[in-house]
Amino acid sequence: MRARTTALLALAAASAPMMTGCTGGSAAQDTPAGDVTLTVFAAASLTDAFEQIGEDFEAEHPGVTVRFNVAGSSDLVQQIIAGAPADVFASADVPTMDRAVGAGAVSGAPRPFATNVLTLVTPPDNPAGITSLADAAAEGVNLVACAPQVPCGQATAALARASGLALDPVSEESSVTDVLGKVTSGEADAGLVYVTDATRAGDAVHTVDLEHARSAVNTYPIAALAEAEHPGPADAFVEHVLGAQGQEVLGHAGFGHP
Amino acid sequence: MPASVTRDVPVRPPRALTVVGVLGAAVILLPFVALVAGVDLTRLPRLLTSPAALDALGLSLRTSLTATAVCLVLGIPLALTLTRLEFPGRSVARSLVLLPLVVPPVVGGIALTEAFGRRGLVGEHLHVLGIEIAFTTTAVVMAQVFVSLPFLVVALEGSLQTRGEAHERTALSLGASPARTFRTVTLPLMAPGLLAGTVLTFARALGEFGATITFAGSMQGTTRTLPLQVYLERETDSEAAVALSLLLVVVALAVITLAYGRKRVTIS
Repeated sequence: MRARTTALLALAAASAPMMTGCTGGSAAQDTPAGDVTLTVFAAASLTDAFEQIGEDFEAEHPGVTVRFNVAGSSDLVQQIIAGAPADVFASADVPTMDRAVGAGAVSGAPRPFATNVLTLVTPPDNPAGITSLADAAAEGVNLVACAPQVPCGQATAALARASGLALDPVSEESSVTDVLGKVTSGEADAGLVYVTDATRAGDAVHTVDLEHARSAVNTYPIAALAEAEHPGPADAFVEHVLGAQGQEVLGHAGFGHP
Repeated sequence: MPASVTRDVPVRPPRALTVVGVLGAAVILLPFVALVAGVDLTRLPRLLTSPAALDALGLSLRTSLTATAVCLVLGIPLALTLTRLEFPGRSVARSLVLLPLVVPPVVGGIALTEAFGRRGLVGEHLHVLGIEIAFTTTAVVMAQVFVSLPFLVVALEGSLQTRGEAHERTALSLGASPARTFRTVTLPLMAPGLLAGTVLTFARALGEFGATITFAGSMQGTTRTLPLQVYLERETDSEAAVALSLLLVVVALAVITLAYGRKRVTIS
């Protein structure tokens, strides 16, 4: 019994220096000569485009590694306000970025770097024969959209107002990827997603162009953060996203220029 | 008698383990303490009585109760079959029944969609008959039954195995029919497991999230249960999300107290 107690104490004692060792490691990254790991918090819809932009940026800036934390914008802003270590924040809409600004988490003014509009998608065989938003709003059609609480739901509401239609979705999802999932699985007859989601889904969906799509344009802002561990590379990353190369990658993914 | 001597010695774990054990308790309890501390008591009544919150609470209670009833109807015969009937592959069957306990609920939701979705294995035929399950309250109940049924089966199996078959064998040898033996002997034998199992089944159904959001969707009053409402509120009003979380914790706590309190009484 005594031997076991000693072993436990030894284990506890051994783990203590290991913990301090961890914090010492991250402090070492601050030295100018060492490698820099830049942490970018990006809205989920940016995933593919930002992976590419990150690779391009790393190629241009030797010694810098870009690491992404990808989630819904409101999750990200909550994490940032709660003190998560981040250098750059790219939000899927202005109100969410404003929450970060309001909390004093942003360094300088956020800059718009991309736009996104909604489009209507159906399963590839379009079982309900939908050719317009009015068709999707008709009774008996399983339309799925985003809940008004999330950015894509706000855009959906604006689109409905501009089209003069009362949408009657069977489900209001918390994220645009959930909407897309319901369409690709064939559960929904139609879903309102961003153009970039439809581009990414490719053949898994049939896209119906919307007449009033431009009435609900979502603007994506980006900013370096006040608590950034690496302010210099953070600003450089923001410039890269706004630059010609970054904009080209975003354009390929279906994003518009702000 | 030597037995009485050993009985007098209190059994104690090593002190160092107790210290680690307290740490383990803190890991479980600290987040809940923080949750309670994070609630703004002045706003609490208004947050909990918003139409969306009340709809979600009502839907959660209705669907969880229905799911529990379905679990009882299916689970009692299933547990009996698995413990009292000899058949090839029984041990495999007993393991497979536990699958929903160990797969992530979102995987359960995808599996349910593959089975009962409009293009699913079974759903395809239901669709032809004009029966649609996705986006309905039925889908919510199905998701809850899927994830919580194993809880009931495990609890009942435990009861049936510890009590053994002797009582039932006696009843049958005395000429009681299998139906009468089940009613008057087996069912009372199951009682402790039945109570605890039912309560845990209800609690698991109440907390179901992943399979519901994947398979049933999210619509106020139809499919948006309390956990889904918490998830959505988080997007705009984290205080409301915390308040609703507290409500779920209180309900869960009441349920656990009921299960454990009762269980101890019946066993001792």
